[in-house]
Amino acid sequence: MLPLLQAPAAASHPLNGTAAEWLWAVPLLPLLGFLINGVLSLFSAYRSGPADPAASHGDAHATVDRHGHAESGGGAAGDDHHAVRRHPFALLVSIVGPGVLVLAFALTVVIFFAMRAAGGSSITAPFIQRYFSWMPVGDLQLSASFQLDQLSMLMMLVVTGVGTLIHLFSVGYMQEDPGYPRYFAYLNLFVFFMLVLVLGASYPVLFVGWEGVGVCSYLLVGFWFSDKVNADAGKKAFLVNRIGDTGFLIAMFLLFANLGTLDFAAIRSGATALAFGGPVVTAICLFLFLGCAGKSAQIPLYIWLPDAMAGPTPVSALIHAATMVTAGVYLIARSAVLFSMAPVAQIVVVMIGALTAIFAASIGLKQWDIKKVLAYSTVSQLGYMFVGVGSGAYVAGVFHLVTHAFFKALLFLGSGSVIFAMHAAYHATDNHDDAQDMRNMGGLRRYLPVTFVLMWIATLAISGIPPFSGFFSKDEILGSLFERARYSTIASAHLFGIPGSAWLYVAYAFGVIAAFMTAVYMTRMMLYTFHGPNRTGEGERAHLGEAPWIMTGPLVVLGALALVGGWLNLPDFASIVGPVGGLEHWLDPVVGDATARVVAGAPETSSGLEYGLVGLAVLIAIAGIVTAVVALKPARLVPKRDARPEEGFEKVLLNKYYVDEIYDAAIVQPVVDGSRGLLWRGIDKGLIDGVGVTGSTWLARFVGWVGSQFQSGHLGTYAWVLTVGVLAVLGAFSIR
Amino acid sequence: MLAEALFFSAVLFVIGVIGVLTRRNAIIVFMCVELMLNAVNLTFIAFAQAYGAAGQVFVFFVMTVAAAEAAVGLAIIIALFRHRQTVNLQNINLLKG
Amino acid sequence: MQPSAMPHGTLSMWYIFHFYLFGAFAIVSAILFVTRKSPVAAALWLVSTMFCLAVLYVMLDAQFIGAIQVLVYAGAIMVVFLFVIMLLNLGQGVRNDARGIGWKLVAGAIGIALLVQVFAVTRAHTPATLTLPQGFAALQVAQTGAIAPIAAPLFNQYLLAFEVTSILLLAAIVGAVVLGKQRESNAR
Repeated sequence: MLPLLQAPAAASHPLNGTAAEWLWAVPLLPLLGFLINGVLSLFSAYRSGPADPAASHGDAHATVDRHGHAESGGGAAGDDHHAVRRHPFALLVSIVGPGVLVLAFALTVVIFFAMRAAGGSSITAPFIQRYFSWMPVGDLQLSASFQLDQLSMLMMLVVTGVGTLIHLFSVGYMQEDPGYPRYFAYLNLFVFFMLVLVLGASYPVLFVGWEGVGVCSYLLVGFWFSDKVNADAGKKAFLVNRIGDTGFLIAMFLLFANLGTLDFAAIRSGATALAFGGPVVTAICLFLFLGCAGKSAQIPLYIWLPDAMAGPTPVSALIHAATMVTAGVYLIARSAVLFSMAPVAQIVVVMIGALTAIFAASIGLKQWDIKKVLAYSTVSQLGYMFVGVGSGAYVAGVFHLVTHAFFKALLFLGSGSVIFAMHAAYHATDNHDDAQDMRNMGGLRRYLPVTFVLMWIATLAISGIPPFSGFFSKDEILGSLFERARYSTIASAHLFGIPGSAWLYVAYAFGVIAAFMTAVYMTRMMLYTFHGPNRTGEGERAHLGEAPWIMTGPLVVLGALALVGGWLNLPDFASIVGPVGGLEHWLDPVVGDATARVVAGAPETSSGLEYGLVGLAVLIAIAGIVTAVVALKPARLVPKRDARPEEGFEKVLLNKYYVDEIYDAAIVQPVVDGSRGLLWRGIDKGLIDGVGVTGSTWLARFVGWVGSQFQSGHLGTYAWVLTVGVLAVLGAFSIR
Repeated sequence: MLAEALFFSAVLFVIGVIGVLTRRNAIIVFMCVELMLNAVNLTFIAFAQAYGAAGQVFVFFVMTVAAAEAAVGLAIIIALFRHRQTVNLQNINLLKG
Repeated sequence: MQPSAMPHGTLSMWYIFHFYLFGAFAIVSAILFVTRKSPVAAALWLVSTMFCLAVLYVMLDAQFIGAIQVLVYAGAIMVVFLFVIMLLNLGQGVRNDARGIGWKLVAGAIGIALLVQVFAVTRAHTPATLTLPQGFAALQVAQTGAIAPIAAPLFNQYLLAFEVTSILLLAAIVGAVVLGKQRESNAR
């Protein structure tokens, strides 16, 4: 049992003595899963030859690669297929891996009900459990403590809930992979760190989780690292993250320097001491946002996320849709009090979010790889979330976070199903075409009906069609943005001389355009994948089929959630349907004061304007879908190998505006060349090795040589040295 | 006469030092050392006149030791000469290396 | 006469003149000794230096030591030196017997530096309480003879040193004999 030291302030917390006391067990369960699976992963899947994880011919697409071997040098004596085999402990891992998540989710639900029973949204103070003193250094007293309040409760539910579904999906998806236990070990470790992130009671504990999920992202994206492309993608993810983390660290330093504390509760009450809109708060918020830009893939640090599609599809679903990338949004919601005091920083956040939304959406319009479409879609939707929390509509941003977790995970897992089927088909006919390229798909609704229906649900949700969940959350963000553009502390602020309201209106325009583009590219994806004629090939067609129930089961659950998720936070005009503003009430103790500070004194929006904005959003979405259906003809597509290369602006979009190439030329190559030339040759070889190592040996030899000159063996020399010595000693005396 | 005697003694001593540094014949170097000892003796005697007979006693001992040392040193030089056929300090470098 | 019994100011001119004279002789002899090429000549000049020093000793009321100087130093030690020079047939002196002119100049500079330093160091004064009254030594000699002032401390306070010196001489004799002995195989 961990020794639990309650913070004195929470001595009489309503959650004392309830199931919430078991808070620590929720992250510990996945950690236990990691340890068990980790040990199991030490046993190789092969009898002889290279150990796990030389998975197949390292292609980034499917895992269920039944014809592994030759190119990557794995497995048996290169004769033929089935060199990879199911891991001997696969059954145990299948039980432990998802099992700990199911238990964690169950415990989370129990704690949730305990919280409801203890008052729910009327609990104003967070429930803090302090486990041990982590780093007591002078004035800085860091302790390892978890905090349970409404926001972290919500995040915990999302993480464990969606995590459980994805673990179950992975059981089917990764079943033939020799790295099966390793996969679940990493996945469990990831959930552990993510829970530490959302439960942390102070910035450093959050940062531990922050870094931990970054590491797990690296491990999971580069899961099939024997292929260099995958390993590079993993490295890219981690390194770009780290750039953002520097910003986070600097923000923490500034916080400590100015407020003397890093605990959320203390900062919440003490932050108002800082000057409103002053340089300190603005700097802190901007640096925090830099961290978020890295973790949540905003401009300019989003580049890792599309490359991260090199990892297994369930990983993309969990990490790059539902949880890790939302950590940035969570961070801003946590730091709501700080952001609400820095309107200039808020403008920056909103603008970058809006710009990212529209930028990524435009790239998604021309991608052919189904996972890349979804990756850019994720970046775009994250932009929306930042627009939400950046403009002070914290509830709206978090709401979109939750609904996005549902429908994006559904989209990714659905695409996983599709890829699973495509790979099965290609393997049966020994075809080496790209199983993820939409030009090789088409008409799959006949072969994967369940997946087809669920993917359409998700597409409608993401496009913002009522009554699906995405409509409510996206509409709320855009609506709140419009309100704040009219009147708020942000609107009154100025950035580069331009008033905040102008910025916000521009952001609104971007948001609307991005919504249109979202509908277009999502519909395009659906059209090319599921509608029209099938381009996979005669022989393959016979092998296309729905995935096993262990994979489609979670899809159904997510589909249901994507359908009804909107009920979490119904807007006023939908009051006849159900309870209004459920999430808003729930999160009020956490972000209510910050939200109020931003819109203090705003005039009431007329219901006419409200309906108008809602109508506009729906119209845009429908227009997008219709445009796609009318303009894009799946029948005109040809399989990838026959496709002609893109030209003109299409080529620019396909190559993602050449951003990676620009970064490479402008930043990466100079750094590499500088390191090689200056740091390696100049300093390391020249200075440290040359002067330092070789130089000190030379010096030692020289001193020795000088000394040896004195030991000449000539008596005359000795006489001289003796006399000079006497002179020196006498000199010392005579001077003194 | 103390000061004058000391002056003479210092000068004789320095002449001895210069001789040791400059000459290469082992026997002459040895004799320069004897000169230095004599200079020191003069110092002792000069001080003995002012501070008591202990100075003269010390001179007595110095002379004794100088005699013993001269005997042994010259024996060494003879042995060296037998071995190397030279008393030139340049060539007596058996200590080298 | 006891010229040294009187304070310096009352020393006779005769005394002072001869003191400086023999001091100068000593220094000149020393310089000549150091600069001779032939070892025999050098040895003889050293003998001359020692004679002058013996005179100075006598003039400083150390008559016994003066006599001993002549007997032992000039008469025994220098004789041994000359024996050895003759034995090794070094009478002529060879050309590269001294270092070059450069070395000599440096040696000269060192010598001057040493001299200066000695003078600088001897600025220190010993306490006045140690100083014996003027002319004490001369008085002692007049009262007890020249030898007694040495013999008394030698056999009383410094008896141990005296005895140890005899051991030293024994060691020297043994060493000299051993070193001088030729090996059996080298026997003619």
